[in-house]
This record gives sequence, C-alpha cells and structure tokens, in this order.
Amino acid sequence: MKMTGAELITRLLERQGINKIIGIPGSSNLPLYSALAESAISYVLARHEQGAGFIAQGIARSTGRPAVCFTTSGPGATNAITAIADAKLDSVPIIVITGQVATGMMGTDAFQEVDTYGLTIPITKHNFLVRTPDELLKIIPEAFTLAMSGRPGPVVIDIPRDVQTSMVEFDMYPAPGEKNNGTHPDMDRLERIAQKINSSRKPILYIGGGIISSDTCAGLYALSKRNSIPVTSSLMGLGAFPSDNPLFSGMLGMHGARYTNYILDEADLLVALGVRFDDRATGKAMEFAPNASVIHIDIDQAEIDKIRETDLNLIGDLRHSIKELVHLVEENRREDWMGYIASMKKEFPYPEPQSDSLFHPVNLLRAIHSRADKKSIVTTDVGQHQMWTAQYYPFNHPRTLLTSGGLGTMGFGLPTAIGAAIANPDRRIICISGDGSFLMNIQELATLKDLEPDLTVFIMNNNSLGLVRQQQELFFGKKYVSSLFGSNPDFAGIAEKFGIRGINLELENDPMRAIERSLGETGPCVVNVPVSLDDNVFPMVPPGSANREMIG
Amino acid sequence: MNTIVIELLVNNHPGVMSHITGLIMRRACNIEGILCGTVGDGNTSRIYLLMKDDWRIPRIVRQLKNLYDVIEVVPRDDCDTAVFDRIPELIGTGVISPV
Ligand SMILES: Cc1ncc(C[n+]2csc(CCOP(=O)(O)OP(=O)(O)O)c2C)c(N)n1
Repeated sequence: MKMTGAELITRLLERQGINKIIGIPGSSNLPLYSALAESAISYVLARHEQGAGFIAQGIARSTGRPAVCFTTSGPGATNAITAIADAKLDSVPIIVITGQVATGMMGTDAFQEVDTYGLTIPITKHNFLVRTPDELLKIIPEAFTLAMSGRPGPVVIDIPRDVQTSMVEFDMYPAPGEKNNGTHPDMDRLERIAQKINSSRKPILYIGGGIISSDTCAGLYALSKRNSIPVTSSLMGLGAFPSDNPLFSGMLGMHGARYTNYILDEADLLVALGVRFDDRATGKAMEFAPNASVIHIDIDQAEIDKIRETDLNLIGDLRHSIKELVHLVEENRREDWMGYIASMKKEFPYPEPQSDSLFHPVNLLRAIHSRADKKSIVTTDVGQHQMWTAQYYPFNHPRTLLTSGGLGTMGFGLPTAIGAAIANPDRRIICISGDGSFLMNIQELATLKDLEPDLTVFIMNNNSLGLVRQQQELFFGKKYVSSLFGSNPDFAGIAEKFGIRGINLELENDPMRAIERSLGETGPCVVNVPVSLDDNVFPMVPPGSANREMIG
Repeated sequence: MNTIVIELLVNNHPGVMSHITGLIMRRACNIEGILCGTVGDGNTSRIYLLMKDDWRIPRIVRQLKNLYDVIEVVPRDDCDTAVFDRIPELIGTGVISPV
C-alpha cells in the first residue's frame, strides 16, 4: 500500500474506532484535515483549541474510551495545553495530534513554530515527535495503547507538515492499539489484605477516580456490602457508589462533610482504592486518618508510598483485584461501627440552607436534580458552584459527574458538556457553571449551536469569583482584591445572540416551571440564575490544616 | 554529602534525556553528575546519574520507572563515584577553565 502520511493517520484512527475528531485547522495540519475529506471520520470544529481539548475530554470522561483532537502548530498547540494538563491530572485518555512545521524548518523559529514536544513532556503520559511517515505505523497504535492502559492519560503526537504530505509504503496495517492491563493479582498479598480487613474493627474505604476508570463499581459495591465497610470518596470518585446507600459516607477533604472527616479520624484501617492522596482530599497528610493502618491498591506503582507510607499495598488492575478480594473477606455486619457511622451522619451532615428560596445554590441544585432525567450527565466548572454540586447533587452512577478535580480548570464545564453530548446523544447533559468560569470558554456556545444537543447550562451568577472571594473573606481579612466583577454581561441575552435559548430565571413568573422546561425541551439552553454574593461553601478545611479542623 | 547513583537503561532516541532530567527537576533535585553512553547495537543507552541521597530518591525511582523509554532503573549505593570527579581527565583535560 502507498499513501501520504496524512491518509495513513486517518486510516489508523478509523481502525481505532474513532468516528469524530475535534479541533481547529491551520497551515501545519491542513494536509491532515484534507485527508479527513476522504474518511468516514467526521469533524467537530471547536472555536478555541482549549475548547477542543475539553470536548475530547467530555467524550473520553463520559465513555472511558480515548478521544482525539487536532490542533495546528504554535498557537494551536499552546492553546490546547491547559486541556492536556487537565487530562494528565485526572487520568483522562485523550490523544492530541498537533501539526508541526516541516522537519527542515524545525529549530529555526519558523512561523508558528513552538517546541510542542518539549512543552508537553511534563503534562502528558507520553509524547511523540514523528520524524518520518513510516513511524506512524508504530506510533499511532502505541499512543492508543498508552492512553488506555495502566493509569490512563493524555498522549501528544507532534507531526511535522512534511511527514503528513510525504508518501509511505507498507505491506500491512498494524493491529489497532488495545488496552493492556495484563497480569493477575498477587493472591498472596490479596490474602493478607483480606486478613487485615477481617481483623480490623473500624475499616473504611477511600475511593477515587481509579474505581471509575477501571470499571470497578460493581466489585466495590460487593466488597463494601459483604464486610460492611463504609465508603468515602474523593471528588473524582463521586458516582462510583450509590450516594443514598447507608454505607456511603460522603466526600472527604477540604469541602467534605463533617461526618466524613470525623469518621476517617476514627477508622483503624484505611483501604485506599484508585486514589492518589491528593492534598485537597487528605488535608495535612500527616494527620489524615491518624489512627488507621493503610492498604493501598492502585495500578500506578509511582502512587504507592508517595504521600502516605502503606502497611500493605498491591499494584495492579483494580477490577481484577477487587473481584478476588470480595471472596476473601468475611461476611460481617459490623453493627457497632455501622451504628457509629449512622449516628455521625445524623449529627454532622452538610449544613442546610438558611432560606428556602430557589435562588439559593443548594435549593437550586435540588430543584435541578428533582426535575432532571436520572440518566443525565452533569459537568461543572470550578468554584463554589462546583463544590456545592459535589456536596448536594446526588451522584449514583459512574461517569455522571464530570469535573476538573486535579487541575481545577475554570472553563472546563461547557466544552466538556459538549463532548459528553456528542458521545451520549440520548442523554440530557447539564453544565453547572459560575459567571467567572463560564466566560473562560464562552466561545464554545458557537460549537454548541452548530450541534444543538440536549444540553442545559445553569450559571450560578454571583457577580464574583465566588470561591476566591470566600477565601479572602475567611483568610485575608475581607480584602476583596480582584474578585468582584465591575460588570457582567447578560448571559441569557448572549446565548440568544448565539442562537441558543436563554432564560433569565429572575424574570420568570414560575421559575420552577422554567427549570423544568430548560431540562425537558430538546436542544441547548442557557439559564442565568442570580445568586447571593454572601453564601459560602461550608464546611471548609483551611489550606494546610488537618481535615478535622473544619470551619462553618 | 551522601550520594547515590541511579543507573538507567533507556531507549536511545532524542527526547529521552529531557524526560528524565525534567522529571528530576520537577522534584527540585539537582543532578550532580551524568554519564551516558550507548550499549551494544546502539538501540539502548545506559545512564548513570549522581545524586544527593535523600528521601525523595525512592519516589523519583518509581516515577522514572513509569517513563515510556526507561527500560530499567536501579538505585545503587555500591558504586565507586570517583569517576565523576575525573571526567575532564578521562576525556582530555577541559578547555573551559572553571570560574
Ligand atoms: C483557569 C483558572 N484560573 C483561576 C482559577 C482560580 N479560581 C478558583 S475558583 C475561582 C472563582 C470561580 O468563579 P466562578 O466561576 O464565578 O464560580 P463561583 O466560585 O463564583 O461559584 C478562581 C478564580 C482557576 N481555578 N482556574
């Protein structure tokens, strides 16, 4: 077979099962776009490469399968960097194919040349610079294998323009890259882990995104249920365990419930599954679960003993390990421990809102949840609205909350929602945003209009960078420097100008009915909800403190 | 100074060194000496990093193991590190005089 590098790339992507590419063309990737014309793969034209990266993330986060985006060299690649770094920290499998200036021009400060390879080393799982078109035969399938296998993550493939245009000859297509998590768990260790669980009196599970990415939710449920081990979750683990189950013991950490953080103080055994002991989750690491021995199971060997020394650990695929572990632990009702958990939940729940107005963020979230189809997928931006969503919106299924946990990227919500909509055309997508975050990728309203999926955006509009304002109130003597907006646009009006339905909830006679319509009618809709500037997210662990030192 | 040598076997291709040194730099560690050379047919290289031995080393070794082009990593405290002091002498005395 003989074809150009660009054609080969599209063939190899087709063979990986990719049917949509998100991106923006430019001179360094035009040959690639041109090859798309002859391909079964369709394209989505984003309006900013960061948006493209997050749309790809929305596909990947909601399905677990890798998604691909294209950018041109130079500014195209640098614009995508935030979305790539975000994917790295939350272990999301995206493949970013960046155009590069021709090999002969590289290193000469050519027009739109930037060292994409060098720039993306620290923010990718791995990156490739393709030097000749025949390398594509190895690199493209390998990129998919890498993105999916072990701990998932982003892979960048930088492809110079001449590699795209020159001819390549080969006999056979390579096999598509596949997930390769191999090896069966070490049964000896699993036995010892089970013994430790069986002999503990107050065990607790600390779960995270790894449970969801390894598809271990069913195994987790069986384990927790069989031995009566309560489940606490990081932000990234929400949805992995049904939130209304008595065994569910809430989100831990900086904005976790009081009862959750107190229970962790009491536990004598911490079973950490698919987590990385992030500082937002553990608080002061030395004082996290201070009375507990630690078992850690994770697929990434570099996470073991990174923050907290373990008593027992197991490196490997969670799904296989937990499946075996379930049979090794004894049935146990743990009546005392369960009684303690229930009483703590009752005594130290999340605070109830002071008012019953629909315009209070907590009431608004409850209203949205009550009116939304239960299969809906929720994305958030970053700030108070994100934390309220994590605290009060019940997530009962994996991949129904898509949020930027590790990087905490404002501007994540809208494009990620668009990606989720592309991959889940039969489901309603709900984006909970803030007026600050929404402006950071507002250009993607144009992409939203192009596609017109069933997607509802709620903007909790407090005329400020709320979470920053909150920190200034609590920790910086109420000096509100650069956190209150001097002006704010009419978000419903802006949506209308993009050709999208806009609702200003304040102006509705029956706001509840308006919420219902925004979630029920087909097509996209942007709902602006004015909320008070004064409501803070509580409890809150002051940065650097132990989790038991919550305020509010 | 208590030193340690991290020995690595890596794929020999452009970019490997950036991945390795970048990872170490992000941990705010200094590399006191580097020796590197190809092995056998030239597809792989062996790298010796001379580093200050502290609590970060085991973590760095684990992270190095995750790098795509790193085939093997072994921290070694059994090395004679004198060679790192003799590099100019072995290569031919340095032409840049120390300042
Ligand atoms: C890209 C980016 N810049 C800055 C920050 C720091 N930051 C965290 S929360 C926040 C305020 C978010 O405001 P808004 O989106 O209005 O949400 P609110 O907290 O008001 O609900 C800021 C500026 C960030 N997380 N991401």
